[in-house]
This record gives sequence, C-alpha cells and structure tokens, in this order.
Amino acid sequence: MAKEKSEKTGENMLLDAREITKTFPSNQGRTTILDAVSLNLDTAQSLALTGESGSGKSTLLHIIASLEPFDSGSLQLDGQDVGPLREPARARLRRVSLGIIFQQFNLIPSLTVERNLTFQARLSGRQDDAWTRELIHRLGLEDHASKYPEDLSGGQQQRVAVGRALASRPKLVLADEPTGSLDEVTGDQVLTLMLDLVRDSQAALLMVTHSDRLAHRLDQRVHLRRGRLET
Amino acid sequence: MIAVTLQTLFSHWRAQPVQCATMIVGLALATALLSGVQAINSEARAAYAQATNLISGPGRVLVDRDGGAIAQSDYIALRRAGWLVSPVIEGSLRWGDTGVRIIGIDPLTASNASPVAQAALQSEDSDLADPTAFLTTPGVLLAAPDTAARLNPVAPAPVRAVDGITPGLVFADVGIVQGLLGRPGELDQLVVSQEQPLLRSELSTLVPHLALRDSDETNDLARLTDSFHLNLTAFGLLSFAVGLFIVHATIGLAFEQRRTLFRTIRALGVSPRSLIAGLVVELLIFAILAGLAGTVLGYVIAAALLPDVAATLRGLYGANIDDGLSIRPLWWLSGLAISVLGTGLAAASNLVKLARLPVLAPAKPRAWALGAAKGYRALIWCALVLLATSGLGVLFGRGVVMGFVTLGALMIGAAFLLPALLQAITRFAETQARSVQAQWFWADTRQQIPGLSLALMALLLAFATNVGVGTMVSSFRLTFTGWLDQRLASELYVRAEDQAQAEALTTWLAGRSDAVLPIGSFEAELRGLPAEIFGVADHPTYRDNWPLLAQTENVWDVVADGTGILINEQMARREMLAPGDTITLPSNWTAQIAGIYSDYGNPKYQVLIGLSQLRLRYPSTAIEQFAIRTTPDAVPGLMTDLQDRFGLDSDAMIDQGALKSFSMQVFDRTFTVSAALNVLTLGVAWFAILTSLLTMSTMRLPQLAPVWASGMTHANLSLLELARAMFLAALTLVAALPLGLALSWVLLAVINVEAFGWRLPMFLFPSEWGALVGSTALAVLLACLWPAWRLWKLPPAQLLKVFVHER
Repeated sequence: MAKEKSEKTGENMLLDAREITKTFPSNQGRTTILDAVSLNLDTAQSLALTGESGSGKSTLLHIIASLEPFDSGSLQLDGQDVGPLREPARARLRRVSLGIIFQQFNLIPSLTVERNLTFQARLSGRQDDAWTRELIHRLGLEDHASKYPEDLSGGQQQRVAVGRALASRPKLVLADEPTGSLDEVTGDQVLTLMLDLVRDSQAALLMVTHSDRLAHRLDQRVHLRRGRLET
Repeated sequence: MIAVTLQTLFSHWRAQPVQCATMIVGLALATALLSGVQAINSEARAAYAQATNLISGPGRVLVDRDGGAIAQSDYIALRRAGWLVSPVIEGSLRWGDTGVRIIGIDPLTASNASPVAQAALQSEDSDLADPTAFLTTPGVLLAAPDTAARLNPVAPAPVRAVDGITPGLVFADVGIVQGLLGRPGELDQLVVSQEQPLLRSELSTLVPHLALRDSDETNDLARLTDSFHLNLTAFGLLSFAVGLFIVHATIGLAFEQRRTLFRTIRALGVSPRSLIAGLVVELLIFAILAGLAGTVLGYVIAAALLPDVAATLRGLYGANIDDGLSIRPLWWLSGLAISVLGTGLAAASNLVKLARLPVLAPAKPRAWALGAAKGYRALIWCALVLLATSGLGVLFGRGVVMGFVTLGALMIGAAFLLPALLQAITRFAETQARSVQAQWFWADTRQQIPGLSLALMALLLAFATNVGVGTMVSSFRLTFTGWLDQRLASELYVRAEDQAQAEALTTWLAGRSDAVLPIGSFEAELRGLPAEIFGVADHPTYRDNWPLLAQTENVWDVVADGTGILINEQMARREMLAPGDTITLPSNWTAQIAGIYSDYGNPKYQVLIGLSQLRLRYPSTAIEQFAIRTTPDAVPGLMTDLQDRFGLDSDAMIDQGALKSFSMQVFDRTFTVSAALNVLTLGVAWFAILTSLLTMSTMRLPQLAPVWASGMTHANLSLLELARAMFLAALTLVAALPLGLALSWVLLAVINVEAFGWRLPMFLFPSEWGALVGSTALAVLLACLWPAWRLWKLPPAQLLKVFVHER
C-alpha cells in the first residue's frame, strides 16, 4: 500500500500506482500537488486515504479514477496501463471497472432514484435486476424508487449514490469523502451500508476521508501530507 | 450507451419545460421568417418562369436587337425560308376593374410541349382538336379558373378556364391579341423550335436586325425584380440571424445548466464521443420539430405578406403574381434544412468547447460564462475585423451582394462589440459606487452580461434595423413626395385610343386648357437592359419642374433642338454615365447626355428626348398621351367633358391628385413587407430577452441566496433584478441608435444605389426614434417583470435549498 508495499506484485493486485506526480500552474511557476506517490490495492481490500485539506487526496482519487491526467509515474488499474489511454478508453475503464461515490452525491436531478441507481450498470451493459432489487432493498430505498433526487434527504441521496456505484459490480469503488456532507449518525449508517455492500460484492474500496475514526473501519490506512504519502 | 445517454440528456428537459419551449420556439421563429421570405420569393419567381414555360418551355427565341417590335413580315419570311418559328405578342389590358397580362400565341406553330397551345387546339366540350373558335374572331381567351370567372362578364371574347395558367395571365390567338392591343402586324418574340430542317437560310442574312436569345434571358421580370427579391432575402437572413442568437443563447444556457450532469455522466463512464453524439441527436430532434413548426409558421407569414408583395410587384414591375401561396415539397425540405443548419451553427461552438474540455472542467462554477468572458478579447478582434471589412466595402465595394456584405459586417461587428462595451461601463460604474449595495449591484450586473449578451445582441440588431429601415423609409417617403410634386406638374393626363382621336383631342383641348403637351414613348433595349424612350414637348412645365440631378448648360435648349438628351439616375449610375457622355439609341442615333434626372420607383432605364426628335427619328411611334395644364379647379369639369365628347373611360384619364395618391399607395405597399419583417424581428428579439431572463432566473438563486441571507428583502432583490435588466436593455438601445443610423446610411447610399440605381438624401426623425425607444423599452420591461415577479414570490424554502444542496 505505501512505498514499501509498492514493490509487491501479485495476481490479486487491482491498483498499482507508482511515483505519481502532479503539478498545477500557479503564480510562482508550478505547484506540486502530488510528489512521487506510490500506492497499491488488492482485490476485495479496503484502503482509507486521509490527509488535511489541500494535501492532494481528491487529486489522487481523480487520477486513479482516470478523471485527471498526471505528469509522471505510472498507473495500472485492473491490469491496464492507464497513462497512455485516450479519453474513450478511460471512459470505458470508468464505466466497466470503477464505481465512484462523490461527497456531493452528484445524482442526475432529472432521473428517478431507480434510474439513477441503474444508470452506470445500463451504461456498461451490466444491469442485473436481481442485484438492483437487492441494492434497493438493502439501501432502504423501496419507497423512494420513483422519486426524484430533490425529494430525498442528504442521507438518502448518498445511499442512492452508493447503490449507483455498486450496481454495475465494479472491481474498485472510489469514494471521495462519502459522508462529508452528512451528520455523524447518518454518515455512520451510510458508511456501514457501503462497507457491507462493497464486501459482499467482492469489490475493493479506496476511500478519501478526513476522519481517522472512519478510516479505522477500513482494512488499511495511508496518510497524505503536502503531496507525499505517509504510512 | 447512446440510448442511455440520450435518455439522460432528454430527462433534463422534463424539469425545464420553459427552456425546452424557448429552444423550439426560438428556432421555429428563426426558420419561419427566413422560410416565409423564401416562399414569397420562390412563388414570385415561379410565376415569372411559368409564363415562359407555358408558351415554349426552355429554349431559344428571336427578339429585336433594339428591343422594339418584330414585323409580322419577318415572321412570314422566316417561315418561308424553312425556319420553324412561332409568333408571340405580349401586353397589358384592363377589362372592367381587372388588369391582366395578355399573351398572343399561334397554337398551330407553337411547340408541342406548350400546354397552352394544346389547350387552345381543343374544343371546349371535348378533347377533340377544334382550333376554329380559338383562331377566329372574337377568339377564345384562356385563363386560370379564378381569372376566367372574373373576366367572363367583361371580356370582349369568351374566356375558357384552363388549369395551370398563372392567375392574371390571359392567352389568346396572336391575331386576336394584336387587335386587342392595337398593334396590328407587330410581334414581340419568335419562339424557335428545337428541331429545324437541315436546309434553311442563315438568320444573319435573313433577319439581321433580330437576335437569338435563350428564353429565360428574355424574362425581363426576373431580371428587373432581382434586387427586390434580394432585399427580401436580406431581411429574411437578418431575422434568421436574430433567431439564431436566441437558439445560441438557449443552447449555451442549456449546456451551462447541465454542466454538473455532463461531469457526472462522464465520470461514470460516458465517453466524450457518446456525449457529443447524444447531444447532436438531441439537437437534431429539436431542429426537426422546430423546423416543422417554423415552416408552418413561415407559410402563415408568407401567406399574410404575399398580397402586399404581389401588389408591389404589380405596381412597380407589372408582374402578375397570384395572391395565394402554393405549398411545394422543396419548401418543406428547405425549411427543415434551414432549421438543422441554424441549430448546427448555433450549437457548434458549444459542442466544440465541450469536446475539448477535460472531464472535470465542465463542473467548475459558471464555466461557460467564464469562457465567454475570456472570449471577449477574441470577440473584440472579430468585431474590429468586421467593421474594417464594412469600411472597405463602403469605399471599394461594387454590386448589391457586396452592399449586403458591407451591411452584414457592420451589424455583426457592432453586435460583437456590445458585451465588451457593457462590461466596460459596468466596471466603471462599480469603481464609482460608494454603498455596499451599489457595489454589489454593479459587480453582479457585470457577472450577468455573459449570460444575457446574446439576447442583448439580438435586441441591438433588431432595434438598429428598425431605426435604420425606419429612417430609410421615412427619408425615401419625404424625398418621394417632393419628387412627385416636381415630376407630376401637369394637372391632367389623358391617353387617346388612336392617332385620329389624339388629333381630335389636341384640337378640342387647345381652347379649353392652358397647354396641351403631347407625350410619345416606346420600349427599347439599351445596353442589354429594358428601357423606355419618351419624347416630350419643349415647355416651362418641364423646364421649371423636372427633377434634374446633374446638367450641362442650357440643358432644355439642347434637348429641344435635338443635340442632347436626358437619362434617368439609375441608367447613369449603372452605366457610369455623366452629362457630356454619349450613348447610342435605337436607329443608331448617338446622342449626347445633357442631364440626369431622378426617377424613383422605375426599374427600367429611361431616356427623355425632344418631341421633335421623336417624330423625326422614330416616326412610327404613336403620340397618343397628353399632359394638360389647367387650373386644378377646372380638372373635374374637363374630365366630364372629355368623357362625354370622346367617350374616354376612367382608365384613359388620370388627374394629378389621383396619380400622386396611386404612386404613394404603391410606395407604402412596397414597404409594408419591410415594416412587417421589422416588427417580427423586434418581436423575436423581445422573445430572446424574455427567455434569457427566465432561464437565468432559475440559475440566479445561488448568487441571490447569500445576499438575501445577509438581510436584503425579496422585494429589494426583485426590484434590483428588474433595474439590472432594464439598465442593460437601455444601454443596448442607446448603442443601437447610432448603429441604426449607420445602417440607414448604408441602405440609402450603398444598397439602394446598387440595387435600384438611385441615391436618396438622409433625413433624421427623432420623434420616430423616441416612439420606437419608448415602445421597445415598454416591451423589455414586460419581459423583465415576469422573472422579477417570480423572484418576489419565491418561497424562502427555495432559497434555503441553496445552502443545503450543491446546485
């Protein structure tokens, strides 16, 4: 998981990020956001990525989600070298192999809860009605399936977002402060649900969080400080 | 994947029905105005072409080289020499209150392809050939069913209804028409059959004074009316451009509103190609729906405007256009094409921008608005290039199309400058503001400019067009009124039926009027274009009143003694002739130009020569018209006496007042279409303002909620929203005024000269502008009231949502 672990190679390895560096232009030239960060994750494992605001957590998550390019280093995801991929291939990787949960839910306001939940699964052609029904049941959304996101509370919306991320049975779930917009009790409930579902679906989880308390509920933890990884 | 993407994109419109309607209505309006104008143009052009097609179809004809009549003896000589030619004569006649264009043909020699000739050879009751009735006096007149029904009670011969003939056109045997027109032994054209015997004499030796032309080349109406139709097309294009501003604004806002959606679905794996493809399909569906609606609306507009256009074409060019509109399949297709093309143009920049943006970029707050702000510099450069192009066009451009390019560059260039101008003014106001509220107001107003700029540009274009065209029409009207007073100095105009009556009239009138001024005229072709040559008497009526623009010394003396002639302004400008130059008139008379006179509303070249020269050089020309000088009070009595003594009907006599009023009527109807298109364009711009404000009001909440939370009331916010929109609209109107005047100048000094051949002085009409500003400002206020009212009545819970949800 951290640098020493990055040397490990194995059949179960799902994510292998090596020496990832990312800079942004600024008034002083270029500011380094990520400085040679290496990270890996095996199938069905969970990893918490913590760090203060501005430490580069979200940027790293976006790079792993192939949403943002990086300046140097290499990134292997589900056996694919992400670096040289062009956008259409990156998009395919996202819809087939990844499930992403955003802090602000980012549901599609014009679709019903059910359509939001099945959106990515339909997109990747992997919709499984039985799994969808189970997700709706376990997320407690039976009474809300035909509602629109604006009719739901924040906790309910995030449960839909969790369901959407898992509906296509991705190999890796990426969660960016998934409980950051929720109160502590609701956040704990959502996290419990998310961890259970991730475990049951045999997916790996990489979660960005501020909270050490939440981070301790995952298998492993790494801390990012000023663009560098600390174990 | 496309299906899921498309479904998701469309789901947006479920929540935004107003915006959806805006998109379709904006595009439909843009399509409607352009397709409506195209429909009018194609209807008129089809009518021009139909007369030719009815006689001969496309082919070749023989005409007189000087534009005069062809002697029947030439026709006989050609037939004897083996040439398969068929005679045609044309003219205008009035029976009762119905004016018609009559065409004489010979069905026995006409082409088999001529449907009229086929109809002429059939008997009325059966399909069997029976040319007797058609060929023998009084003959049979063939006309469209409606025209036939109108003419039957008043025509001198039975009128048979034939489907397919243009309404207002009448066909008869050539000999009958020669008699009706009083032109025995004369023909206008000889249609040359495509198949000719191998052995025949050379045309150049047989009839050296005749020229072989393509039949469509001799379609004078099509040539004469080209500029008129180009003007209409230009108006249609302007309305289309204004409509496109709406569509562009709506699509831009739809993209802005969906930025989070784009970010989310792309993050979830929708490839950029699929997203773009989905958007293209979505836009295509909108374009087709709007295209259909727009074409229907265009039909309604065209049907409403066609009677005025037909009246104008009749009054100015003597063209007979049916008042009714026929629906052509090509028209529907072109309506759809206009709509799809318009959507493509309006959406292209947004699609390109979206395709180039990284996945996360579209979710940045107000990415499109910021993009627009960044684009100001490019827009200013574009504006400067366009304005420079316009300037070069004024200095060096030639031709009507170049005139419109000059105009287009001026208008679009000015529109592109508007956002930067508004930004600069609001930025300055912000620096001058002292109170927090005022500072926020100006800063916020500046932030709104990118979102509103397209609607404001549309308003600028529409208002400037209204000012410009209004000034042009009013200037023209003022000039035209004064010009009519000069040109129509005589109190009464009389036309005799024949030479004998003309002589009797002259004798009889000599003792009963102050002066009888004979006028003779004939049609000719000068430098390849249709022309009229008039012979007038040497009299103070002309010396004191005729509207000369340029002249040599003793101009009227040289005209009277035959050493000089006068030409009209359009001929002088188009042929680049000036006093002192010479031109060759029919019968190889090379005459020196002694003066140039204004001749508004006449599409043809015109030459004025002394009456003595007309008699000397063109002795066959009938001198059967008279201008009569008398006191205005004596005119009614004189007309009654003429009617009693000579049996002259009302068509043969026209008094000065009636002629002026008829001319003004033609003038006003000519500009009815311009006025209607002006109002429609302004209406489209108003709609752009309304929809932009409505759409933006739904996106304004995140900016207004913190201000509301800080202690400003709903009422305050609503009033400030109203003030903001009105301020921006008012600034736009102020900017549009000089642009409108520039437009007017280009219309008067460039387009009119190129299109019609006359230049008009420009007059200013501040009261008209005041009324226009007032009515436009009122309309904009009404457009602003609705969004402001909605904000006033917005429940606090809606504003609170801003703080609990990301928007």
